[in-house]
Amino acid sequence: MTWEIIIGLETHVELSTATKIFCGCTTAFGGDPNTHCCPVCTGMPGTLPVLNEAVVKFAAKAGLALHCDITRSCKFDRKNYFYPDLPKAYQISQLYLPICRDGKVPIVTDAGEKTIRIHEIHMEEDAGKLVHDPWIDQSRADYNRCGVPLIEIVTEPDFRTADEVIAYLEKLRATLQYLEVSDCKMQEGSLRCDVNLSVRPMGSAEFGTRTEMKNLNSFKAISRAIAYEAKRQIEAVEEGKTIVQETRRWDENKDATFAMRSKENAQDYRYFPEPDIPPLELSEGYLEALRAEQPELAEEKRLRYEKDYQLPSYDAAIITGQKALSDFFETAVALGSEAKQVSNWIMGEIMRRLSTQGLEAKDMKLTPKTLSRLIALVKDGKLNRNTAVKVFDAIFDTDGDVDAYVKEHGLEQVSDAGLVGRIVDEVFAANPKSIEDYKAGKEKAFGFLVGQVMRQLKGQAAPAVVNEAIRAKLDALK
Amino acid sequence: MKITTEMVDYISELSRLKLAAQEKTRMAGQLEQIVSYMDILNTLDTQGTEPMSHVFPVKNVLRTDAVAPCFPREELLKNAPVPDEEAFLSPKTVD
Amino acid sequence: MELCKLSALELHAALQAGDVTQGEAVAAARARIAATQPEHNAFITLCDTPAQAPDLAASPLAGVPMAYKDNICTKGLKTTCASKILGEFQPPYDATVVERLGQGGAVCLGKLNMDEFAMGSTSETSFYGAVKNPWNPAHVTGGSSGGSAAAVASGACWYTIGSDTGGSIRQPAAFCGVTGMKPTYGTVSRYGLIAYASSLDQMGPIARTAADCAAVLDLMQGKDSRDGTSLDVPAGSLLAGLTGDIRGMKIGLPADCFGDGLTGEVGSAVRAVAEVLRARGATVEEFALPIIQYAVPTYYIVAAAEASSNLSRFDGIKYGWRAEGYEDLADLYNRTRTEGFGAEVKRRILLGTFVLSTGYYDAYYKKALQAKALIKQAFDDAFTRYDLLLTPVSPTTAPKLGESLSDPLHMYLSDIYTVSVNLAGLPGLSMPCGFDGRGLPIGAQLIGPALGDGKVLNAAHAYQQETTFHKQTPKGGDAV
Repeated sequence: MTWEIIIGLETHVELSTATKIFCGCTTAFGGDPNTHCCPVCTGMPGTLPVLNEAVVKFAAKAGLALHCDITRSCKFDRKNYFYPDLPKAYQISQLYLPICRDGKVPIVTDAGEKTIRIHEIHMEEDAGKLVHDPWIDQSRADYNRCGVPLIEIVTEPDFRTADEVIAYLEKLRATLQYLEVSDCKMQEGSLRCDVNLSVRPMGSAEFGTRTEMKNLNSFKAISRAIAYEAKRQIEAVEEGKTIVQETRRWDENKDATFAMRSKENAQDYRYFPEPDIPPLELSEGYLEALRAEQPELAEEKRLRYEKDYQLPSYDAAIITGQKALSDFFETAVALGSEAKQVSNWIMGEIMRRLSTQGLEAKDMKLTPKTLSRLIALVKDGKLNRNTAVKVFDAIFDTDGDVDAYVKEHGLEQVSDAGLVGRIVDEVFAANPKSIEDYKAGKEKAFGFLVGQVMRQLKGQAAPAVVNEAIRAKLDALK
Repeated sequence: MKITTEMVDYISELSRLKLAAQEKTRMAGQLEQIVSYMDILNTLDTQGTEPMSHVFPVKNVLRTDAVAPCFPREELLKNAPVPDEEAFLSPKTVD
Repeated sequence: MELCKLSALELHAALQAGDVTQGEAVAAARARIAATQPEHNAFITLCDTPAQAPDLAASPLAGVPMAYKDNICTKGLKTTCASKILGEFQPPYDATVVERLGQGGAVCLGKLNMDEFAMGSTSETSFYGAVKNPWNPAHVTGGSSGGSAAAVASGACWYTIGSDTGGSIRQPAAFCGVTGMKPTYGTVSRYGLIAYASSLDQMGPIARTAADCAAVLDLMQGKDSRDGTSLDVPAGSLLAGLTGDIRGMKIGLPADCFGDGLTGEVGSAVRAVAEVLRARGATVEEFALPIIQYAVPTYYIVAAAEASSNLSRFDGIKYGWRAEGYEDLADLYNRTRTEGFGAEVKRRILLGTFVLSTGYYDAYYKKALQAKALIKQAFDDAFTRYDLLLTPVSPTTAPKLGESLSDPLHMYLSDIYTVSVNLAGLPGLSMPCGFDGRGLPIGAQLIGPALGDGKVLNAAHAYQQETTFHKQTPKGGDAV
């Protein structure tokens, strides 16, 4: 029996507005507990919500970029439930008339191209954080995050593999970062994903019972959870058991999902229209202005890089995968550096450093100006590539002055032919056997001689110049 | 329409109220009376009428995205039943 | 003392003329409070007044001692909504109206008793004990702003601020022989009013005269950026607009408000108002408004639904009272709320939860919102033909204490004349228009079109120029 895995995603994205959705408190990450709060977002009696215009704008921009229909007349609703992280005991969300509907996200995986359909996108407010304090066996509620604006993006159950899910999330993240509506950092919680999964026999038209998985804090966790849950459900069904519709929590350490207590299950939220917030009417003019403002998105950029700069598809995809990288690339090119060079440096040294340091491209200190300078020095023959890499490593963390470093460490490439010639002579004199070997036809000896000369020159010679000098002198010896 | 004590149990659970047995029976009776009276609305023809949440056609009330000075934490916490310098305390939450 | 029988505007004039000092006015008020509080229980909390007297030029009401219903947030001053569950809650901020009245020179004496969370028509459900009617303390004041009405009637305050969701200003004003107004929805900011039913709540003044009410509203009205439902209307011209000239005004009498259930004495007194208005040049005519019969069920569904949500935040975690002996979180919620809320509040929370729950939402809540639309439409239609409507405020005068709470449905039905005004968002005013055989006050209601607050006040002002019911005070008012 072959099984088909059906997956739908509900992704919560924190919008990077300056203030919360219904009050003027800052949305800045972190901060001592309850210091980014006010009577409104802590649910004090008598307070009222007032909608932040930037939230509407960001949500509409996201919807437009994801090819959604924008609901011209939309409104908010109250979702009622009790939990200490929800101070009003209701969350202001959108059920009946969400701001966006029916979008699509094209993705590419090893298996090919596919379109993931978006069911709806709605605005809502985030809840606070609860931290258990074992010393007093109480939970501490921190409302800093209460009221931070979220958009929830709900897909149709169009995914069939974990790869598709990851491809979608990467595309989503890149798009939203490009729009600058969210920084989409999973580790800071500005991108959260709940996965709905069910299984059915291949070819069946009906959906199986689905479970919802929460607490997935990285793309890796998502992949593993999907694998685990699919296996669990398939095994259960094959053994004749029924799948319970429930919410399950992913446990990183145990690499498994566990049913959560009933808090999340079968809740009657008693949604009703929010009386404190008048409805929204988005005009065509408003949407036109947003469309006009939309920056070139990742997809368009990638194609343009391939066409205009002849970058290989893979490189273009990586660079356009993050706005910070593509901004960096474009700025460096605008400063006059050759696109291929910039691309190589990004794909090579920069990605390497970001990876080993666990750094995000947007938090990188190195500026395009500095890299351009480095590239220029290599181009002008003042540094060879190896030395340039050394310089890069040294100044990466601080965006140090390239010229100053080169000067300070005497790294300028030796291209003085006379000096090179003298070193070659010294090396020849010290290695008569190699000369003999070379004359006997062993090319390897050539490399050895190059190595020796380079060593003497502390690597600071243009390889071409050294090669040329050695060849010339060897030929002269013939 | 009939309001049973099971229904009262259900809506009590939803609203975090726990009535004693006697109170529950009495409440069920009173609610039944009230809800049955409300069924008079069935005689009102509302076919084609949009449900009206907001009484005046006010729309698009928005504020600018400008950070307000932060509210002093002590002020927000000073009414908390269990005093704490930093947070609101509650019994251990499930997850 | 005669001072306490003055209107608020008259007191201000006396202060400005130097006939009375700020200290004397406050002392007189405090003496009245001391004399009446043990019996009437109009106040929950009394407070000191600032050492510095306000600038009398700040407004036509500057320097006048007053008080707020206890569901209005006053910074640092205990605010309870007459409930156990708020404990000793001291709001960390002032309601917008408190700020605005303060800027206008209001002198606050304390917080007034009410029905718990503004749910009630008798002010008997208060955790702090029932409020008693200054005209006859064996009778209720009406509700939910019972303390606000009683304090004005007994001369303890020259005006008070109440709140009105289904008649809670107008009905106690009628039962206590004073004038009270619920303005057009959205003209007074709700920021700082502890919410009962968000789409219906409005704060408003209770005072001896319509002119006083106009002066208070001039300070209260106007857009507030902290209340998304507040309307962008110019404020400050109501007092100036009181010409008393109502010639040519067309006043409608909804026949459906004068049918069965209305006590004879009340009906006669209200019809007599029509005569006075006619004599001042208005025309008065009966017309049909059959939709009124749907007002009470519509109101209770909408109000209870919104209340059930608005009151969910009271859970013993962030502020107020917390139950003892709880075992876990669920138990904390259940105990705090079950022990912290009174019976009427619990009843309405359950009702509201019911009408919003799955399976019943369409039949009840959605249906009620449709009925609300039709009710508003019916009133809008009426106002294409009439400038104002005249109705009774309540089918009876003030009932005796202890008679109403055992039959909630019967009590709800008595709101029939007032609730539709809230559902349609219209301005409504109650003014004294007579007394019944037992000496209990009767009130008449004037209803205006949306933003017709000026018209309503002007007609009431004209009526009060012709009559003296509003000048009468309960026996014992001369005690100080």
